[in-house]
Amino acid sequence: MSATNYLLLSGLLFTVGAIGVLVRRNAIVVFMCIELMLNACNLAFVVFSRMHGNLDGQIIAFFTMVVAAAEVVVGLAIIVSLFRSRHSASVDDASLMKL
Amino acid sequence: MSHVSTGEAWAFWILGSIAVIGALGMVIARNAVHSALWLVLTMLCLGFLYVVNAAPFLGAVQIIVYTGAIMMLFLFVLMLVGRDSSDSVVEVLRGQRVAALLLGLAFALLLVAGVGRTVYQIPAAGLGDAGWNGNLPGIGRLIFTDYLFPFELTSALLITAALGAMVLAFAQRRPRAKSGQRATVIARLRGDRISPLPGPGVYATANSVAVPALLPDGSPAPESLSEILEGHEVEEIPRPPADAHSLTGRRKELEK
Repeated sequence: MSATNYLLLSGLLFTVGAIGVLVRRNAIVVFMCIELMLNACNLAFVVFSRMHGNLDGQIIAFFTMVVAAAEVVVGLAIIVSLFRSRHSASVDDASLMKL
Repeated sequence: MSHVSTGEAWAFWILGSIAVIGALGMVIARNAVHSALWLVLTMLCLGFLYVVNAAPFLGAVQIIVYTGAIMMLFLFVLMLVGRDSSDSVVEVLRGQRVAALLLGLAFALLLVAGVGRTVYQIPAAGLGDAGWNGNLPGIGRLIFTDYLFPFELTSALLITAALGAMVLAFAQRRPRAKSGQRATVIARLRGDRISPLPGPGVYATANSVAVPALLPDGSPAPESLSEILEGHEVEEIPRPPADAHSLTGRRKELEK
């Protein structure tokens, strides 16, 4: 077993998240799949940091977490306001910009 | 790192398989709350994998920020929006799910082939002390030297995100025009209507406030209903016809 296995695990999780984004219809679940993809990338960054022997990868993963937190806050606010105007959190119902 | 200890291999296989199971469960689960819980499982496993990979600080941050804060926020919004949290089975674009699955598998194949062929040969350096006791000081030194400007930018990002969330999630109430005393007096004395508004209709069959009064010509008077009622869905009560005989029950006899 070597570091490659971690990268393969990261790729696998990323793929599952991508499939989830394409398949699921609920906006919140789609959003959670995006979070999974971000996490998979973070794992790859951490493993790269260990492979290269410096901490830069971990810093990048740390910044990714900060950006992900900000993104979640804004995205969930958008979903809540979307739900208020359409009474549905399905991405199919939100096919138009206006109501 | 090509020599990975047996303990780490065990940890990888156990945590990795649980993480993949959690990810699959999140995509497959019909109920959105179950999806969120599966994702929490995956994120916990990833946090432990960070610790195994010489990133104890990131592991702690993963558990605190992701599974603690972000997933709590997700569950909170799910409870708020949860009325139709289960997914619809209807496919809007025909064959979209099959196509998505095929594309996903192809993508996975590409990743596995690419990563497997290229990275395998690289000798891994390992972090040494920076992976354990020196991890936190090392990250702190990097953040406040090399990455100082991006770190300051994140504060602007967080403030913007908080402001944006407040603006977007703010429930805008319909502004109601408040008229002052003078405007009210002028409207009373010089307006179209001097008398008070009529009350709702009172009939033999219905005396609900949702039933409008009838004008002398038999048409309903819209002013007799409260404005609040119009905003709500009101079950329509069959209104008696504007006919004196309908109140006495003699209408059917007359029709015969």
